[in-house]
Amino acid sequence: MDIRDIKVRVNGVEHACRVETRVNLADFLRHELGLTGTHVGCEHGVCGACTVLVDGHSVRACLMLAAQADGKKVVTVEGLTPEGGLSPLQQSFWDKHGLQCGYCTPGVLVSLTELLETNASPTEAEVREVLSGHLCRCTGYQNIVAAAMDAAGQLRAGKAGKAK
Amino acid sequence: MSLAAEKAAPLRVVGTRARRVEDPALLAGRGRFVDDVRVEGVLHAAFLRSPHAHARIVSIDTSAARALPGIRAVFTARDILPALSRLRMPLGFPTKALPGNITPFVLCPEEVCYVGEALAMVVADSRHVAEDAVALIAVDYEDLPVLADCREALNPAAPKVRLEASDNVLTRFTIAYGDTAGVFARAAHVFSESLSTHRGGAHPIEGRGAVAQFDQTGALTIWSSTQMSHDLKFMLADMLDLAEDRIRVVAPDVGGGFGAKFVIYPEEIAVAAAARLTGRPVKWIEDRGEHFIASIQEREQYWDVEIAADAGGKILGLRGRMIHDQGAYTPQGINCPYNASTAVTGPYKVPAYSLDVFVAQTNKVPTIPVRGAGYPEAAFVIERMVDRIALELGIDRAEVRLRNLVPAAEMPYEKPLKIRAGVPVILDSGDYPACQKKVLDAIDYAGFRARQAAARREGRHIGLGFAHGVKGTGRGPFESGTVRVSPSGRISVYTGALAMGQGLHTALAQICAEQLGVGEGDIDVISGDTSYVSLGLGGFASRQTVTAGSSVHLAAIAVRDKAIKLGAQMLEAAEVDLELRDGSVFVKGTDRAVALSEVARVLRGVPGYALPPGMEAGLEASFHWRTEVLAYAHSFHACEVEVDVETGNVRILRYVALQDSGRLINPMIVEGQIHGGITHGIGNALFEFMGYDSEGQPYTATFADYLLPAAVEVPKFEILFHESPSPLNPLGVKGVGEGGTVPVAPTIMSAIDDALTPWGVRVTAAPISPVRLLELIEAGAHKA
Amino acid sequence: MKAAPFRYHAPRTLDEALSLLAGSPNARVLAGGQSLMPMLNMRVVAPDDLIDINEIQGLSYIRDESGEEGGEIAIGAMTRQRELEFSPLVAARLPLMAEAIRYVGHRQTRNRGTIGGSMCQLDPSAELPTVARAYDAVLVARSARGERRIAMAEFPAGYMTPSLEADEVLVEVRFAPWAIPHGTAFIEYARRHGDFAVVSAAAMLTLDAGGNIARLSLTLGGVGAAPLRLGEIERLLTGKKATVEAFATACARAGDIDALEDPHYPKWYRQRLAVALSKRALTAALKRASTG
Repeated sequence: MDIRDIKVRVNGVEHACRVETRVNLADFLRHELGLTGTHVGCEHGVCGACTVLVDGHSVRACLMLAAQADGKKVVTVEGLTPEGGLSPLQQSFWDKHGLQCGYCTPGVLVSLTELLETNASPTEAEVREVLSGHLCRCTGYQNIVAAAMDAAGQLRAGKAGKAK
Repeated sequence: MSLAAEKAAPLRVVGTRARRVEDPALLAGRGRFVDDVRVEGVLHAAFLRSPHAHARIVSIDTSAARALPGIRAVFTARDILPALSRLRMPLGFPTKALPGNITPFVLCPEEVCYVGEALAMVVADSRHVAEDAVALIAVDYEDLPVLADCREALNPAAPKVRLEASDNVLTRFTIAYGDTAGVFARAAHVFSESLSTHRGGAHPIEGRGAVAQFDQTGALTIWSSTQMSHDLKFMLADMLDLAEDRIRVVAPDVGGGFGAKFVIYPEEIAVAAAARLTGRPVKWIEDRGEHFIASIQEREQYWDVEIAADAGGKILGLRGRMIHDQGAYTPQGINCPYNASTAVTGPYKVPAYSLDVFVAQTNKVPTIPVRGAGYPEAAFVIERMVDRIALELGIDRAEVRLRNLVPAAEMPYEKPLKIRAGVPVILDSGDYPACQKKVLDAIDYAGFRARQAAARREGRHIGLGFAHGVKGTGRGPFESGTVRVSPSGRISVYTGALAMGQGLHTALAQICAEQLGVGEGDIDVISGDTSYVSLGLGGFASRQTVTAGSSVHLAAIAVRDKAIKLGAQMLEAAEVDLELRDGSVFVKGTDRAVALSEVARVLRGVPGYALPPGMEAGLEASFHWRTEVLAYAHSFHACEVEVDVETGNVRILRYVALQDSGRLINPMIVEGQIHGGITHGIGNALFEFMGYDSEGQPYTATFADYLLPAAVEVPKFEILFHESPSPLNPLGVKGVGEGGTVPVAPTIMSAIDDALTPWGVRVTAAPISPVRLLELIEAGAHKA
Repeated sequence: MKAAPFRYHAPRTLDEALSLLAGSPNARVLAGGQSLMPMLNMRVVAPDDLIDINEIQGLSYIRDESGEEGGEIAIGAMTRQRELEFSPLVAARLPLMAEAIRYVGHRQTRNRGTIGGSMCQLDPSAELPTVARAYDAVLVARSARGERRIAMAEFPAGYMTPSLEADEVLVEVRFAPWAIPHGTAFIEYARRHGDFAVVSAAAMLTLDAGGNIARLSLTLGGVGAAPLRLGEIERLLTGKKATVEAFATACARAGDIDALEDPHYPKWYRQRLAVALSKRALTAALKRASTG
C-alpha cells in the first residue's frame, strides 16, 4: 500500500492523517473524517454531488486525491452550516423548496456559496450557469434557482442592515 | 370520513405550502444515506460483471483474487448457494401467467445474458481492494450469439436470448374492445404510423446500495436504498430461509428512486448471503458505472398503429402492434407494457381499440418501470396520432382534441379496459377541455402564428406544441399507516411507505396534524422501516399520498376521536363541546384542557388499575386503507421551442404545465414534483438515449455520453393547477410523482413539428437527436 | 469505481519530476486531474507511478513577453483554466481564448483544470487545443535532456496522443497575439452548456483599410483527432472582400473534410456543423473586426 502523511484543514479543524494515495478526497472526507455530508454520485466529475471548497474554490472532490489536499483548506457542507442553525443560503433553500432528496444539495450549496461570495447580485442566468455543473434528478433546478436568488437578496439586505 | 365532507372549518395545515420537515438535516449535510451508515467491522463488496452480452461461463478461476491481501471471500454462484434457498430470485409480482425461469440469478451460474450481469462477488477490507480482486478473477467465456434488437425477437430464427428460454417472446397478449375490424373498414380516414421510444435509465443521483448485518442471535438488519422495504424483507425471508420477524429492513435517506429502486435486486440478497457466510457485516454501494449496466432501464417500445377518424377528426378506432423490450430477465412482471397498452387511449373517447403486445426479451439489462411506467410511451403514441389527424385533415390540433376528449360532464368515465387488478379503467374526475383551454390561453396560443411569422422573417424557426397525459395513481391494494401519541406527548406516524425525496414525511405530517390540532413540525414520521409496521408496499406508481395518506388520515381521525372520547370523561364535558388545539383537548371557548400526553398516559395503563370505562389501551390507531381502483391524474402541457435548422438543436423557450392531481396536500411540494417530472420528460424527449450496439454492448455508459438535462437547458416552468378532487379516497387526492413526465415528449415533438412545417417534419421517435432532426430536415428539403 | 494502486509522487521541482518520469516505464503526470482522475477511477489507465506536478513552483503564470517586434504571451502549463478566464491580459491580448474558455467544462472543473493538461489530453472536442491551433501556438516541452519547442500543428501525434517523448513534460504554451484591432469569434455546438463541443469553429481576422481580409485564421475542433486549420478557406478569403456570400461559398468547402465518425455523430453531421459553424464564426469575427 502506498501511503502518505497529510495535514489538511477541514472546516477549520486541522487533521493529521495517513492516507492511501489512491483514495480520493471525497472518500477521505466521508470515511476517514466521517464528514458524510459530501456525497458521491458518479466518480467521473460530471454530477457535482461531491463538490467542496478547496482553498476557497469549488472543486470535484472525486477528482482530487486526498494526498493532494495536504496543506490545503477544505470546506464541506458541514462547514457551511452554523452551529445549531442554518445559513442564510440554507434557509432560503428551506423556504423555497430548493431540495427534494437532498443528495445533490451539499455540492450545490458549495458552488452557490462560491458564487455569492464573488457576485452579490447574480442574474438567474448566472445562477443557472453555475448550476450547470450539478446534475439534479429531483427538482428540475427551478426552485434551486429561486432559493439562490432569494439568498442573494437576503444577504444583500443583511449587509445593508449591518451597514446601517 | 372525507376531508371535504367532515370539516366545516377551512383546512389549517393541509393545502398549505409548509416548509418540509426533512430539510434542515439534509441541508446541513446530516442526512443518512446508505453509504453513510456506519457498522463496526463492515466489509466491502464488489461484483464481477459480465463484459459480454451473451456468453457461456466455461470456467472461473478465483484463486488469484482470493490470494490478494485484504480479501475476505470470493463467491461464485456455487459458493454463495449454501447461504440461499435457491439461486434464482422470486418474481416480484407473482403470477402464473408468465413462464418459469425468467427471473435473475443472485449470481449467474452458467450463462451470462447481458453486459453487467453479476457472476462473482468479492468481499474485502475496502472497496478499493475488492475491485483489485475483481480484476484478478479469470473467466473463460464462450461467446454466444446476441439478440440486441427486441424487434428481432419475433423472428423464430433469431438467436436465443437465454438458452433456457424456449421463445424470445416472453409473452404476448391482446387488449381489445369494440369492433375494430368494422370501424376501420368503414372509416373515412385511416392513418398509420410507426412510433418508438428508447431505453433510458432512472439515474437517481444516489445509486443503489445495501448494508447487511447479522447479530449474534442470527437476526438480520439490512439497510437498503430501496423503494420497497417490506418486499425486501419478504424476499430475504424466502431467499435466506429466515423467519420474517428475524429480519429488519431499514430504508435510510434515499437519494431518489425513479423506479431504479422499485424492485429487489440480486445484489441485495447477495450482500445478506455474504454477511451470513463471512460472519461479518457486508456493505455494497453501487457506483455510477454499475448503475448504467446493472440497474433497471425502461422506455423501449416500438408501436405500429393505425388510427381511424371521421371527416370531422373524431377518433373511431385505434389498433396496432407493440413490441416491448423486456431485457434478458423479468425480475418483476409485465406491468410496464400492460400499463402502456391500457393507457394509450388516454383522455380520449376511443370507440374501438385493439393492440397486440409482444413482450420481447433481449440481451440487455432487465426492464421495470422508470418514472411514468409505460404511460409516457402511451401518451407519446396517442398524442402524435391525434396531431397526425389534425395535420392530415387540416384541423387545428387543439380543436381535434376538443372533439375527442372525455368531457367533464361524463366523469366518472368508464373505459372498456381493465387495470391489472382486474377492475375497469374509470377516469374518476377531471375537466380535460377546460384545462386545455387554461394552458393554451396562458401560453397565448391564439397569438402564436403571428409570433411564428415574425420569427420566420428573422430566419428563426419557432414552434408551439401541446399534449395531454393521464396517469393512473394511487395503486393499491393498500399502504399502512399508524398514528401514535406517546405519554411523552410525541406524536408519531409510522408507515410502510417509502421516502425518496418527494416530501412524504411532510405530507403525512400535514395530514396527521390537520386532525390532531398541531403543526406538521410537531409530528415525527418514520417510513420504510419494517420494525415499525408489519405490512407495506412502498413507493412507486405515484401512490403514497393516496394510499398512505388515506391510512394516516383515517388513523389520525381515530386517534382524535379517542382523545375526545377520553377527554370528555377527564374534562366532564360533552364530546361535541371539545376540540383539539395546540397539543391538547380543549373545551371550546375556554382554557380548560387536558394535554394529549396526559390522555396518552392514562391509556398507557397502570399495573393493576382499570382503564377508563369504554376505552381501549393506547392513544394510537392503524389503518390499511384499501383500494382496487386508480385515481387518474391529468396533465396538459404546452411549450414553445426554437429549432436551429443548421445544427438540429432544440431549445425550449417557454413551458406551461397544468396538473390536476385533485386536492393538493402541499402545493409547494407538488410544484417541485412537477418541475422534476417535466425535466425527466425533457430528458426522454431530447437527451436520454441509452445506446447499445448490435453486440449488446452499451456505448453510453458514463454521464459524458448519457445526457441528463441540466440547468441551462431546462426552462423555467409555469405551473398551473386544476383541482378535481378524487371521489375515490377520503382525502380527494391523486398522485403526482410521475404526472409531470407523462406528456412531455409529445408536447416537445409537436412543437418541433410546428417549427419545421416548411420541411414537413414529423418526429415519430423519442428522444430526438440533433442528427436525426437534421436528417428529417434534409429529407424534407428534398421533397419540397 | 476506485483507482488501481499506484506509487504517488509529488515532486517539488521540475527536475525531480523529470527524473521520476525518465525512471518509470509506466508513469502518468497528474496536472489538474479533470481528465486523468476519471480515467484512473474507471481503471481505463493504471500507471505504476503517478507524478503529481501540482506542487512545483514556477509553472503557473501568464507573462507578456510580446513587444513591438512581436513575441508571445507565455502561459505556464500548470496555469488553471480559471486564471485564463479572469486574466485581464488574456482578455485584452488573446480575446479568442477569453471567449473559448467560458465553454471549457464548468466553473468547478476550471478551478482545477490546467491549460497544459488540456493540451496533453488532446480530446478532439476540447476547446483549448483548438484555440492553440488558431494562434499557431508553440508548446515548450522539457525533459532531463533539455527543452524542445513544438509547433501546435505538429503537437498531435494521433488520437488523444501528444508528440511528447515518454520523459517529457509540457511546461509552457506560447501564443503570439494578433495586432489590435482584429475580430475573433469562438462558436461551438455542444448538447449542453459545458459539454465538450461536438464541433467548434475559431475565427480570427483583420481587415485592411479597404475592408478586405488582410489576415485570417480559421480552425475547427471536434472534426478530427487534431484541430483542423482550414488553410484552403483562409487562402480563398485572404485579400477578398468580407461578405456573407464570400463566407458561404468558401465555407461550403468545410463540408468535404474527412470528419470523425462515432456512434453519436456520423461524419456527415460533423461536416454540416463544420460548414454552419465556420460561417457563423467568420460572420461574428467580421462584426467584431469592424467595430474594433
